[in-house]
Amino acid sequence: MIAGSKLEKMLEAGHFVVTGELGPPKGADITEMKHHAEGMKNHVEACNITDNQTAIVRTSSIACGAALVQMGVEPIIQIVTRDRNRICIQSDVLGAQALGIKNILCIAGDHMKFGNEPGSKGVYDIDSIQLLKGLKDLRDEKKFMGGEELDGEVSYFLGAVENPFADPFEFRVDRLEKKIRAGASFIQTQCIFDLDRFEKWMEMVRDRGLHKKIKILGGITPIKSLGAARYMKNNVSGITIPDELIDRLKNAEDKKEEGLKIAIETIERLKEIEGVAGVHVMAIAWEEKVPEIVERAGLYPRPKLD
Amino acid sequence: MIIAERKPLEEIAAMVAPFKRVLVLGCNTCVAVCMAGGQKEAEETAALLRIHRKKENIDGVVEVFSIERQCEFEMVDEVLEKLKGYDVIVSMACGVGVQTMVEHVPSLRVVPGLNTTSMGYPVEQGVWVERCLGCGDCVLHLTMGICPISRCAKSILNGPCGGSAEGKCELGKDVDCAWHLIHERLKAFDRLSDLDEIQPPKDWSTSHHGGNRTTVREDVKIDRG
Repeated sequence: MIAGSKLEKMLEAGHFVVTGELGPPKGADITEMKHHAEGMKNHVEACNITDNQTAIVRTSSIACGAALVQMGVEPIIQIVTRDRNRICIQSDVLGAQALGIKNILCIAGDHMKFGNEPGSKGVYDIDSIQLLKGLKDLRDEKKFMGGEELDGEVSYFLGAVENPFADPFEFRVDRLEKKIRAGASFIQTQCIFDLDRFEKWMEMVRDRGLHKKIKILGGITPIKSLGAARYMKNNVSGITIPDELIDRLKNAEDKKEEGLKIAIETIERLKEIEGVAGVHVMAIAWEEKVPEIVERAGLYPRPKLD
Repeated sequence: MIIAERKPLEEIAAMVAPFKRVLVLGCNTCVAVCMAGGQKEAEETAALLRIHRKKENIDGVVEVFSIERQCEFEMVDEVLEKLKGYDVIVSMACGVGVQTMVEHVPSLRVVPGLNTTSMGYPVEQGVWVERCLGCGDCVLHLTMGICPISRCAKSILNGPCGGSAEGKCELGKDVDCAWHLIHERLKAFDRLSDLDEIQPPKDWSTSHHGGNRTTVREDVKIDRG
C-alpha cells in the first residue's frame, strides 16, 4: 500500500472500481459541485476534480478537493503542467497533502488556445511524465525535483491518463509503459466510444504484461444529445466517435436514453476485458446520472472494504 | 534566419506622426529574405507613409534607404551621419536591429516597423515556419533533428501527447505534431526504442527564463589592455 486512499485499497483488493468526475464552477460558489459529489458518493470510490479543464478558469482543484475531503468524499485532484512551474506544482502538492488529499492525477492539460484566456502564457515547464517522475521521487526518495531534501514525508497515490485513440497508435502502449516507469499506479483513459480500438490497445497492453503493473480505468462519457456527440467528434482533441455510434443516436427516439444505454453497454463490455480494473465515469454537465449509470451497469451496491 | 512581418501601416503612421523628418531604414539580410523589411519593403512603407501623411496634412519628409545589417555596430557607423539628420527612424529590421542602433547611438530615436515573429525558414514562397526558440541547450540529437521545444505547443520532451491525431497537433489540423514527426523519423532509422527513455525536466535557466542572456567567449575577445 502506498498512500492508503480508498481508491488504492479498492484497486488493491481487486474490485472493479468506479471513479467519477466533477468540474469546479466558474465562480466561488461550490454548492452545486458539492451537491453532485453528495449525489454520487455512494456510487463511486473517488471523484476526479478537474484542473481548469479545457483551459477555462475555474475554482482551484485543490480547494475543491479539500471541500470534498471535509464531506467524506475522496478526491482525485488533477494537476496540469500548463499553468504552474515545478516550484508551484510541488508547493501545491504539499498543500494538497496537508489538506488530506491522497490521489493525484498528472496531466499536461489542454492548450490555452481552447480556453477563456487564450492570450495567457503557457507554462509547460515540465511534461506529464516528468511530473509523475518528480512526484514519485518526492514521495519515494523524499527529494524535490531540484534535488533538495523534503522535510518529513508525503504519501499520495499517483495516476495518469492515456489516450488509446491518439496517434501514433503503436506508441500509445509505449507511452503507458513510460508512465508506469515514471510513477503512475493507475491510469484513466480518454472516453471510450471506439471499443474495437480500445480492445486492440488492451491486447497490446496485455501482450506486454502492463495490465499487471498498473490499474487501468476505462473512460466513460454518456452522450447527452446528437449535437454533443458531433461536437465531441469534431472539436474535442483526442476523442474518436465512430460514425455507427452517431447514426445510432440519430435514429434513436429518446437520444438521452440512447446515450445512457451506450455508456452502460460500454461498461458491460469493459467488465469483460482482461486487465481493465474499473471505469472512470465523466458525466460532464450530467453528473446526476452517475448513480443511474452505475446501478444499471450492475456495479451497485459498491463493494465494502474490510 | 529571423522572420518578421511589417506592422500595420496605421500603427507605424501613428508612431511617426509627431515627427517631421522621418527615415524608413531597411535591413537587407534576414528580413529582406522574408520580404518584410528589405530595401523594397522599406520603399513601399515609405511611399504608403507619404500618402497617409499627405492625407492627414502632416508636414515633413519621409525618406528611405537601407543598410546590410542593422544588428552590427560597424554597419550602422557607415551611415551614422546620415541617420543623425532625422527626427525619427522607422527601423525595418527585427527587434535586434532596432536595439542595436539605440544602444550604439543613444541620441537616435528609433521605432519598430516590424513585428519579429521567430527564427525559422521559408518552406514555400510566402510561408515561413518557426524552428528554434533559442533555448540555449539544444536537444536535436535526441529528437532526430526536429525541435520539440519550438514545434510542440507544450514543448514536451516525452511526446507525443494524447492530443496528437493523424499526425496533427491538438491546436488544429494545420499544425503538424512535432512528436509525430519525431516518431516517424525514429521509426525510419530503427531507433524507436530511444523514446523509452524518460527525458528529465529541462533546465530552462539556459533559456530566456534564466534572465537576459549574454554570451561571452574569452578565447575570441580582443584584449585592449
